[in-house]
Amino acid sequence: MLKLLKNLMKSPMFVVGISLFLLTLIIAFFGPIVYNVDTNARDIVAGPYAASSAEHLLGTDHLGRDYMSLLISGLRSSLYVGFVAGIIATVLGVFIGLFGGFRGGWIDEVLNMLTNLFIVIPSFVILVLISSAVKDGRSLTLIGLIIGLTTWSWSARAVRAQASSLRSRDHISLARINGASSLTIVIKHVLPYLLSYVFMVFIMQVSSGILSEASISMIGLGPLDSTSLGIILNQAKDNGALSDGIWIAFLPATIIITLTVFALYLINTSMEGVFNPRLRK
Amino acid sequence: MPNNKSVVFSAQNVSKTFGAGKNLKTAVDNVSFDIYDGEIISIVGGSGCGKSVLAKIMLGLYQPSNGTFLYRDHQIKNLKNHWNEVQSVFQDPFSCFNQFFSIRSQLEDSLNILKDKPSKEEVKARVDAGLLAVNVKPSDIEGKYPFELSGGQMQRMLLARIFALRPKVLIADEPTSMVDACVRANILDYLMKLKQELQMTIVFVTHDIGLANYVSDRIFIMHDGKIVNQGTPEEVLDKTQEPHTLKLLDDIPEVHKTEWIKNSHRSKK
Repeated sequence: MLKLLKNLMKSPMFVVGISLFLLTLIIAFFGPIVYNVDTNARDIVAGPYAASSAEHLLGTDHLGRDYMSLLISGLRSSLYVGFVAGIIATVLGVFIGLFGGFRGGWIDEVLNMLTNLFIVIPSFVILVLISSAVKDGRSLTLIGLIIGLTTWSWSARAVRAQASSLRSRDHISLARINGASSLTIVIKHVLPYLLSYVFMVFIMQVSSGILSEASISMIGLGPLDSTSLGIILNQAKDNGALSDGIWIAFLPATIIITLTVFALYLINTSMEGVFNPRLRK
Repeated sequence: MPNNKSVVFSAQNVSKTFGAGKNLKTAVDNVSFDIYDGEIISIVGGSGCGKSVLAKIMLGLYQPSNGTFLYRDHQIKNLKNHWNEVQSVFQDPFSCFNQFFSIRSQLEDSLNILKDKPSKEEVKARVDAGLLAVNVKPSDIEGKYPFELSGGQMQRMLLARIFALRPKVLIADEPTSMVDACVRANILDYLMKLKQELQMTIVFVTHDIGLANYVSDRIFIMHDGKIVNQGTPEEVLDKTQEPHTLKLLDDIPEVHKTEWIKNSHRSKK
């Protein structure tokens, strides 16, 4: 584990990516300790669109709520949704893809059919329909859950293709005649080959979770129990911040979403070079 | 083959099919044979003739679709017991090893199949002995990963595994097809060494009838899933009029024909 971390730290791309991502985590979870404003970010603290001051670093929004406080709270919610969606979609996708691809036969055919079905059903439409149907109970966890349950198919497809090609490889046959159990073969001889894919899939799913939440919130169907970056953008849109040129109402939230997704992309790209010993050497 | 030798593999009307309906493909078609203890048998044929599928049936990786296939008078049911005695060298040395683990750790893992679990020290000693048997210094592969060695060296690693495991039967599935002529000769010498020193029964799968002549006690010629010709190298190579065998003989380069068939190196045995 230490060796892996050492190798990871040798990659400038990883260092930049992880630094950026850790910064977003620190801001999201430790920001409220340093920046002493109500963490629920719902209190009106000054007049609308108040200029920045020592008390309110980025000023206030159209209702007079502290904008920095809103961003910190929004970032935390967006990361939470991203991780809930990412974990569900990755676990489900990797399990279905690995099981079908490695086992083959009719099990693979059934699972592949199910995967294709989920691919052709537009997940955003399902997200919109379920979000509209669940009026009062629309929570961050529910949004994350819906995103995860509707986007696993891409993970399953990526993993299945790899697992399927590995199934007939000689090193799997050799592991079998060495007496390795199916579980050992999957863990030791299949998963390492898929590790970069699993990470890629997870990071993609977290990014897409963050972006999907931002999209659903932008159209007013976001979570009701907290403020997210998407809700900030939705309120900026609804209150004419774009046409009035009040950039502070939308630009910081947009930059934070972009930087978070970019950090995840950098981590993903650098990890392949570390997990693959051929690239490492 | 002398009657006093026991039968290792016995096949009676064995077939192996894949797919169903329109997509049904018969890879092995109604073959019958006996293989005796201590023999080197070559299964020779062109691509897609079913020789590798037959090898996998012997290894227990495939079950025959029809017919009876026995290993020492028993059906192959307990695979771990089977692999304790029957092992294999595969065609592509690069894809045989997991690239995420060092070669030594994988060679040591191979000994997990042995019924009598050796101690850690014994595992190390047996792997070292296996490496030395194929003329590789154990220190030369210390900390090395599969992709750091050449194809010839990797094929030697596979044979070192066999020297360390010392199975009773070796299925060598085209071990010479992806290496150069020089390494090919070495591999054949190692196969002979396995037979001479460990009295191993060897099934050598190849498309090269010249190589088969060099090492075999008997040769099976396969075409389209069937064994179309079988016998000692002299019977198969010199006296045959069987068209598929003649076609395989025609494919041997002239220089090899002179070297292997006319002046036969079989004295090495």
